[in-house]
Amino acid sequence: MLRFLVRRFIGAVVILFLLSMVTFVLFFGVPRDPALLMCGKTCNPDSIANIHHVLGLDKPITEQYGIFLHNLVMGSDQFAQGPCPAPCFGYSYHTNEAVWGTLMDRLPTTVSLTLGAAVCFLLVGLGTGLLAAWRRGTLIDKTATAGAMVISALQIYFLGPLALAILVYQTHWFDKPAYNPVSQSPVSWFTGLIIPWVVLSTIFAAQYTRMARSSMIEQLQEEHVRTARAKGMSRAYVFFRYAWRGSLIPIVTIFGIDLGSLFGGAIITEYTFSLPGLGQLAVQSVFFSDLPLLLGVMLFSASMILLFNIIVDALYAFIDPRVRLS
Amino acid sequence: MTEDIVLPASREKNAGVDGEPLLQVSKLTKHFPVKGGFPIRRTIGAVQAVDGIDITVHAGESFGLVGESGCGKSTTGRLITRLLQPTTGTISYRGQDISHANRKQLAPIRSEIQMIFQDPYSSLNPRQTVGKIISGPMEINDINPEGGREKRVRELLEIVGLNPEHYNRFPHEFSGGQRQRIGVARALALEPKLIVADEPVSALDVSIQAQVVNLLQKVQKELGIAFLFIAHDLAVVRHFSQRVAVMYLGKIIEVGDRDSIYTRPRHPYTHALLSAVPEVNLTDEDSAGARERIRLAGDVPSPISPPSGCRFRTRCWKAQDKCAAQEPPLIQISGNRADHLTACHFPEEPTIEGRDEDIVLDPALAALEEGQAE
Amino acid sequence: MTTLTKEAGAPTPAGAGPLLSVRDLHVSFKTEDGIVRAVDGLSFDLERGRTLGIVGESGSGKSVTNLTILGLHNPMFTTVEGEILLDGRELTTARESELEKLRGNKVAMIFQDPLTALSPYYTVGRQIAEPYMKHNGASKKEAWQRAVEMLGKVGIPNPVERAKDYPHQFSGGMRQRAMIAMALVCDPDLLIADEPTTALDVTVQAQILDLLKDLQQEFGSGIIFITHDLGVIADMADDIMVMYAGGAVERGTTGEVLRAPRHPYTWGLLNSMPRLDSDLGAPLSPIPGSPPSLLTPPSGCRFHPRCTFQDRVEGTGRCVRERPLLAPDRASACHLTADQKRTIFIEEIKPRLG
Repeated sequence: MLRFLVRRFIGAVVILFLLSMVTFVLFFGVPRDPALLMCGKTCNPDSIANIHHVLGLDKPITEQYGIFLHNLVMGSDQFAQGPCPAPCFGYSYHTNEAVWGTLMDRLPTTVSLTLGAAVCFLLVGLGTGLLAAWRRGTLIDKTATAGAMVISALQIYFLGPLALAILVYQTHWFDKPAYNPVSQSPVSWFTGLIIPWVVLSTIFAAQYTRMARSSMIEQLQEEHVRTARAKGMSRAYVFFRYAWRGSLIPIVTIFGIDLGSLFGGAIITEYTFSLPGLGQLAVQSVFFSDLPLLLGVMLFSASMILLFNIIVDALYAFIDPRVRLS
Repeated sequence: MTEDIVLPASREKNAGVDGEPLLQVSKLTKHFPVKGGFPIRRTIGAVQAVDGIDITVHAGESFGLVGESGCGKSTTGRLITRLLQPTTGTISYRGQDISHANRKQLAPIRSEIQMIFQDPYSSLNPRQTVGKIISGPMEINDINPEGGREKRVRELLEIVGLNPEHYNRFPHEFSGGQRQRIGVARALALEPKLIVADEPVSALDVSIQAQVVNLLQKVQKELGIAFLFIAHDLAVVRHFSQRVAVMYLGKIIEVGDRDSIYTRPRHPYTHALLSAVPEVNLTDEDSAGARERIRLAGDVPSPISPPSGCRFRTRCWKAQDKCAAQEPPLIQISGNRADHLTACHFPEEPTIEGRDEDIVLDPALAALEEGQAE
Repeated sequence: MTTLTKEAGAPTPAGAGPLLSVRDLHVSFKTEDGIVRAVDGLSFDLERGRTLGIVGESGSGKSVTNLTILGLHNPMFTTVEGEILLDGRELTTARESELEKLRGNKVAMIFQDPLTALSPYYTVGRQIAEPYMKHNGASKKEAWQRAVEMLGKVGIPNPVERAKDYPHQFSGGMRQRAMIAMALVCDPDLLIADEPTTALDVTVQAQILDLLKDLQQEFGSGIIFITHDLGVIADMADDIMVMYAGGAVERGTTGEVLRAPRHPYTWGLLNSMPRLDSDLGAPLSPIPGSPPSLLTPPSGCRFHPRCTFQDRVEGTGRCVRERPLLAPDRASACHLTADQKRTIFIEEIKPRLG
């Protein structure tokens, strides 16, 4: 197991390295100069050259990449804005703030949004899916299946504004969504995020309902499930001990992917509800051609996805002894 | 049971040079790599699926290959049809070494060696009509028979006992047995000299198996096609093959003329195999003791790390130190016919009659039977 | 459908009547293509301690029958009519909770492929211990000990350690032994073995068949042994029932059915099967055609489209019109007269068997 994890972590580092390289190349491939955005009205070739020099953009791309990697691992005190300890992504072109610090500032919002929504959609989605599978073919099953089908066809940018319009602006039942750190006031943290949670988890819950139902139904037709029934084990026991265990594999797989990408920033949700998370930061970095920020957000999101991938693989071994022992 | 099958006249027609075998396989091995290791995955071992076997098949002859799962019989078939690349050893077809021939060199030979697969459901493309499936090999090899391909396909359908009118139907419209007939027709399309049939009837119902066995036998005799017939069912192999090789863990442990193998086996494993076949006793009420009873212990060991020396020694009741130290050569044992070869240091008596005492190596069986005897 | 008059409804006391009695059983499934009549008017008895072999090809209804005995069919798509009496107790109408108490306890099953029939997620020991805990109220520890004991009995070397292993760590033959241990752990009265050796190698099959026979002596269970292999059935069964297209076509003791068969389908099976001692000069004599679709089964005798003897039956077209009935005990469901059956077998079938 340990060997497996070490191997996977080495693999992840290689992927991140390649990703940073690709980002670098693509950034310089795009005919868009960050200096143009920064120098504003007083732009002339001299000031642009000056900005290029300050940002280090006049150096050859390979050298810039070398500096980037060096700073990332070793940190740097070469920046005008101040020292930058490892992991150093440098300072944002746009805000002049340390990229790592910005990421860490934005992280709690994204984590709060993601975890809260994940709890909701897991409970509701899996619960409904299991109920539908247990009562397969009944009205409950048909309603759940049809409902899940309709909801999963909806989109956040439709459901989000709709919820805001009805629940906040018309009825005033809820406060306008906002992020308040949990350390300051748990209550306002909760009330501020409840609408984003509900909206984000609704669509996911529908997908998890369909997934849980179909994978349970598939498992219930497995021969070993029939054997367990033939031994006299009750329907509920077989359902939860035998079929559920097998259904976990696809569910955990998808959940790992979802959670990883949500931790990288739920871009549309954060924009819809004006939550200052990583997703907003990602859009901003692209918008301003902010290379340090772009690299920071990209690598951070990618690390999250890779991390959850590794966690999922480790969970496989936990769920399925065949994986563990081979 | 000593009558000799009269080989069809067409055999001579097909034989190349006088006496030269159609197919000669020597010291053939196939090792599949096993990956593992840390931190970089690499090959850490090999599944010795086929480990140094010699086979000779003459033109028009039917050669049977029997053995249990993991003995390498299917791999052997795939090596001979060159669906797999051998690790070492040579396969020569009509004197030409094809063991490492590339696609281009194989092209003319591919049409002469055809394969029939086990599963009639997955071996036919469901989106092609029967006509297209059977004429496929002709198209690929750019063969235009007299009267056109369609006429030839209709002839072939008739040969395998299907209605030529079914030319435009799709595989799903046929039953399992009929699909296997389509597979046979496809194999016959290029007038092959050798057909490798890998468990061609084991996926079929009993009443259908006989239809397909008869069809293959008819094809073999009337068209003078040589067969390498691979199967686990000893009775089917006996019915179909003139010579039979018994495989165990990648090796041929006994080979010979059919009657010799089935009535005068020498290798303990052949004895065990034959005695394990459940048989309907049709003659009289009480002939239970007519056949010997040998019950081995456990399953076939893993081909990843096969036992040293004789590979059967771990399950053999006659095993001694010599068996672990020295691999028995595949040779003619005194008292055997010239073409009957056995790889055993301590061969059995050439009979399958019941013994004074059954050989029961399975500990659970031995314990239960001892308890009941008391 | 069957000539058997239904016996009086009063349940026979345990030990008196047959262990299992199936009366005029009909099982049909609703599918997208229509109704599949998987079992159509089947009756048979099994005495305790005896082995009934059911032979048939795919689609003969042999497996469906046995899933129905345990109530393991899907009730949403399946209709079951007729009676299944276990020790005089009616099972087709029994409540689910009653069936649960019987399953694995009085009636146990062994399935064909032990790799898919055992759960990959739990240890072999646990899977064997489960029914023992459930049915005998044993503690976890007692049940585990019992599982280890059973594993030893079926010939798993080092059972104390192997009980902690998962099924995929066992070889094919060992898995089927574990499956047998699981089936016998509660000492069932009836053991249903559905093609238990079909997935195994021949030398392993021989071990498992002998093991089942020896264990039956010790446990005294009645066995229903389902297979398509006449050789296996000859080895295992006391009585044989031959099934074709959802119904029984012949029944009798093993000696009777195999040495003096009376139904053209049984003749066909015997003639089409190569044996280690059969005559090599002649080709096999297969049954022409293929098994019928159960969506639209043939009229009259189900076997008539494949039967080469129907023109010898008195009365033209009788086989097409009228379904022959299977009498109780030694019988065959065929319109040929008893004399005809005897002479045809002796003069035309037996010589071909070599």
